[in-house]
Amino acid sequence: MEQLKTIGRELAIGSHGGWGQSKEFLDLVKSIGEARSKAEEDRIILREVESLRRRIAEPDVPRRKMKEYIIRLVYAEMLGHDASFGYIHAVKMTHDDALPLKRTGYLAVTLFLSEDHDLIILIVNTIQKDLRSDNYLVVCAALAAVCKLINEETIPAVLPQVVDLLAHPKEAVRRKAVMALHRFYQRSPASVSHLRLCDNDPGVMGATLCPLFDLISADVNSYKDLVISFVGILKQVAERRLPKTYDYHQMAAPFIQIKLLKILALLGSGDKQASGHMYNVLGDIFRKCEQSSNIGNAVLYESICCVSSIYPNAKLLEAAAEATSNDSHNLKYMGVDALGRLIRINPDIAEEHQLAVIDCLEDPDDTLKRKTFELLYKMTKPTNVEVIVDRMIEYMINISDNHYKTEIASRCVELAEQFAPTNEWFIRTMNKVFEHAGDLVNVRVAHNLMRLIAEGFGEDDEGAESQLRSSAVDSYLRILGEPKLPSLFLQVICWVLGEYGTADGKYPAAYIIGKLCDVTEALLCDDTVKAYAISAIMKICAFEISEGRKVEMLPECQSLIDELSTSHSTDLQQRAYELQALLCLESQAVESVMPLDASCEDIEIDKNLTFLKDFVQQSIENGARPYIPESERSGTSNVSNFKSQYQHEASSHMLRFEAYELPRPSPAHVIPQVSVPTPIADFFPVPETTYNSETSQASKLSSVADASSAAHGIKLHLDGVQRRWGRPTYSSSSGPSSTTSTEKTTNGVTHIDGVGSQSRDKLNESRRQQPEVSAEKQKLAASLFGGSAGKTEKKATSTQRAPKGNTRNAERPGVSRSVSPETSKEKAAPSVPDLLDLGEPNPTSTTIVDPFKQLEGLVGPTPVPSPLDNSVKTSGLETPDLMAAVYTDLPPSGSSSGSLTSTTRDMHSADKTSNTATSEPSIKKGPFPQDSLRKDARARQVGVTPTRNNPNLFKDLLG
Amino acid sequence: MIRAVIVMNTQGKPRLLKFYEFQPPEKQQELTRSVFAGQGALLSGRPDNVSNFVEADAIFGPVIFSSLLFVSFVAEITKKKKQEEFKEGTRLVYKHLATLYFVFVFDSCENELAMLDLIQVLVETLDRCFKNVCELDIVFNFNKMHTILDEIIFGGQVLETSSERVLKAVEEISRLEKSSSSVSFVPKSVSGRFGR
Repeated sequence: MEQLKTIGRELAIGSHGGWGQSKEFLDLVKSIGEARSKAEEDRIILREVESLRRRIAEPDVPRRKMKEYIIRLVYAEMLGHDASFGYIHAVKMTHDDALPLKRTGYLAVTLFLSEDHDLIILIVNTIQKDLRSDNYLVVCAALAAVCKLINEETIPAVLPQVVDLLAHPKEAVRRKAVMALHRFYQRSPASVSHLRLCDNDPGVMGATLCPLFDLISADVNSYKDLVISFVGILKQVAERRLPKTYDYHQMAAPFIQIKLLKILALLGSGDKQASGHMYNVLGDIFRKCEQSSNIGNAVLYESICCVSSIYPNAKLLEAAAEATSNDSHNLKYMGVDALGRLIRINPDIAEEHQLAVIDCLEDPDDTLKRKTFELLYKMTKPTNVEVIVDRMIEYMINISDNHYKTEIASRCVELAEQFAPTNEWFIRTMNKVFEHAGDLVNVRVAHNLMRLIAEGFGEDDEGAESQLRSSAVDSYLRILGEPKLPSLFLQVICWVLGEYGTADGKYPAAYIIGKLCDVTEALLCDDTVKAYAISAIMKICAFEISEGRKVEMLPECQSLIDELSTSHSTDLQQRAYELQALLCLESQAVESVMPLDASCEDIEIDKNLTFLKDFVQQSIENGARPYIPESERSGTSNVSNFKSQYQHEASSHMLRFEAYELPRPSPAHVIPQVSVPTPIADFFPVPETTYNSETSQASKLSSVADASSAAHGIKLHLDGVQRRWGRPTYSSSSGPSSTTSTEKTTNGVTHIDGVGSQSRDKLNESRRQQPEVSAEKQKLAASLFGGSAGKTEKKATSTQRAPKGNTRNAERPGVSRSVSPETSKEKAAPSVPDLLDLGEPNPTSTTIVDPFKQLEGLVGPTPVPSPLDNSVKTSGLETPDLMAAVYTDLPPSGSSSGSLTSTTRDMHSADKTSNTATSEPSIKKGPFPQDSLRKDARARQVGVTPTRNNPNLFKDLLG
Repeated sequence: MIRAVIVMNTQGKPRLLKFYEFQPPEKQQELTRSVFAGQGALLSGRPDNVSNFVEADAIFGPVIFSSLLFVSFVAEITKKKKQEEFKEGTRLVYKHLATLYFVFVFDSCENELAMLDLIQVLVETLDRCFKNVCELDIVFNFNKMHTILDEIIFGGQVLETSSERVLKAVEEISRLEKSSSSVSFVPKSVSGRFGR
């Protein structure tokens, strides 16, 4: 630091060299570099921002100065300070005619503004103009802005210009135009139908693959006929028929290869015929791939992914498996990932690499570890589940990343549920997971655990089940001693203790109740846990009473009841009162309220409330008015109706065009609420009842017209909204309270348990459905593997994942497919010559295959002038060779034809020369020792500490 | 697609931030900070001899606009599926060179190794452009840096992987900029005056 300061002073005195920036900016950067703390840095930048704010607003700022201000603003914003006052100046700068200023303006605007910013409207016009500019740099700058700033609404404004650019003579512009169209597609798929897939230039073709990838991943089936073209292109690329300029580190156009492989993986997944076309070229790639370079491995990896996702071919799989074994240092990660993909198809592959996998697990690299766990997760079998899950939990305990912790916890749970060898192990594992990641796992997991304990693992053996339960109870009583258990885990514990704590008679009721009371006294205990605990106490008491034993109230339990009956939570209050009421009942009643071990029994809800018939009859005989169903009623409304009306008015500001209805006379006296009093409501205080009837009386006083129209309006529009507020159609509390009361009498558990049992039912249902599903899976697996029967279910599920994208897309009824063909048809109508191309129904049947031609024909009319079309066609007929097309084709304008080929030739020669340059980096670096030393000195001055021994940043880059 | 390019120094100071989907400045800072020293101490906590890949779901979350908007009008159910799919697979690749971290953030549509090589392309280009590039070059010429980056990555997609051609394009840009500014600078200001 001391050193820095002195150097800083030197710099202040000395010159600032040819950085092309002003002294002020240099000083700013320097002082920021010297800043000792974040606060100091903030102060400096704030000062800078203030001065910029002042100076930028001055009336006659020279434009060159303004450019620098804008750049400084960008810098300030990069460091996290608000520069919004300068946005408008950046926008103004895009209007400038001078190229540097315009480019700076666009740069600033793309960095500053979001696509929904208000200022965008001021730029759209400029962009439109610039897209038509003669200067291709202006066009490129505008296209960059288009990518960042154009949103769905403004796409139509620039779309025609961008589409026109697809015929631009400059290859770079065409490429960027394709990218811009891709961006449009991402924002609003419906707006783009012009993706033109044929181009003489391989670079542009490569760019087109990006949007194509998106299109195909959205809808695989409508692009199946392109498989052959893609394979053709890939073949040409792999055989190095592209110009040398596309080589990268001795690989032929690796990025194009990767994109193509990704596309093929999509197209070939689960499709035997399509995959058949690919085997050859994939085999070639495997053979040719060199694994010495990074990029070579990238291509290799991608082809492994492709092989693993397409319809499997034994020979290719073998090759792929061999390829994974050659992993070296940094590539382990990819190797493990590739392995993970391969074992879906053939689990034996991983076994050859067992040791390598174990090494990865021991590796200090976190990322690699996670990837390895992913692999392990995929290869879990009943035989190895214990080891794997134990490893996972061990790792889970030690990490602090909540996001990943959640994931790995849920994976542990999933594996344990799927493969648990014994019940004890399962419960032990779940306990560990809950203990360490309880607050992170899904509530569903907890419910699942409760269900499993309640129902056992599906075997009919009563003994095993009760053994499972008592072992669970044992372990929970032990765990309760530990501090700081997660809430969700406590809920599970409370529920299990309540249901089964006294079931095997090992523990006395008082002991369990005492433990439960302890739970509620813990510091971190929330309301839900308290609710679970008191319900559990209630259950235990009920079991005791129904057994005919006397329940003596522990003092702490009594104090708990007292505390909860004055709780803020009405739910807790209700439970407390319920418990008190239950204690006063006689044993028979208690037994029917809370039957022993009835959590698994289905609860039948008698929606018609037939059991109340006698009561109603009696009331009517005594002179009460008969119940009138809501549909026949009018003129009444209640709280929920009003509420939802407000809701409606707030949520949709639609104008209503129909006239108001005439007020309808309402029946003079309608009191539906009290006509069916609920028997249970007497001893469970339900405050809503009184509230409801009060308000409905109040509503009677209010204007009848209003009420009826309101009610009517609701009936017209508001079903969805009303449902959001709970039970929609009950007009009074009589409905809900009596249904819940039936639940209570059969179940003996209150709301939460009621809900739980519902979800439990659902789970049951899904469980029942499972055999069917797995049979289906097996069928699928059998069809995939050619009827090999000895597959485990796990394998079947994992293989099913591969064609998932496929089936999902099949579900979608061709929405996205309609996007391009429809619009292309529209466009096709006026332009007659293109119809020929469109009408080409089955490109695969043609013997002479020109991939580009096919692509073009499929994707629709291109805005290219027809001469180009013709030339492409002829060249396509002559040779299927891509490169021949590149070289022999006459571009549409004719004038630039010579320049095109000459530029490619230029590039060749340039490439050669630069190749020699790269091959001898030391020579190139030789002449600049002073240069680098000077830079180093400056670096120190500005407060950047380079590495000690080597001032050159990229020493390891070229050496 | 590539979601962001971040260049920062070993103290976590941003040197270049480019997000291909809009993020407000505060969010950019937050993301940069958490990339540098997020949960589980991301870049700053990683030793030298480990892989260059980090899973970054926890930091970047799901892809915000690209695919979701599209799916939303297809069907609600598939939307949920998609969303989950996209939540997974945001990764970052970084390269630590002298005092700088080069970080590319991208989604599951890209290949990690290829991205690593793309960083290499960027760095090679910078090195040629500035001749023995160091942190200072990047600090002072970050608009040029943006120009270079725009030639390599465009709208989140890989545009060009040959550093020679990137260099050529950048040189052409600066040449044209120079010529156009010398031609148009004075006359424009004068004509602008008269225009009013």
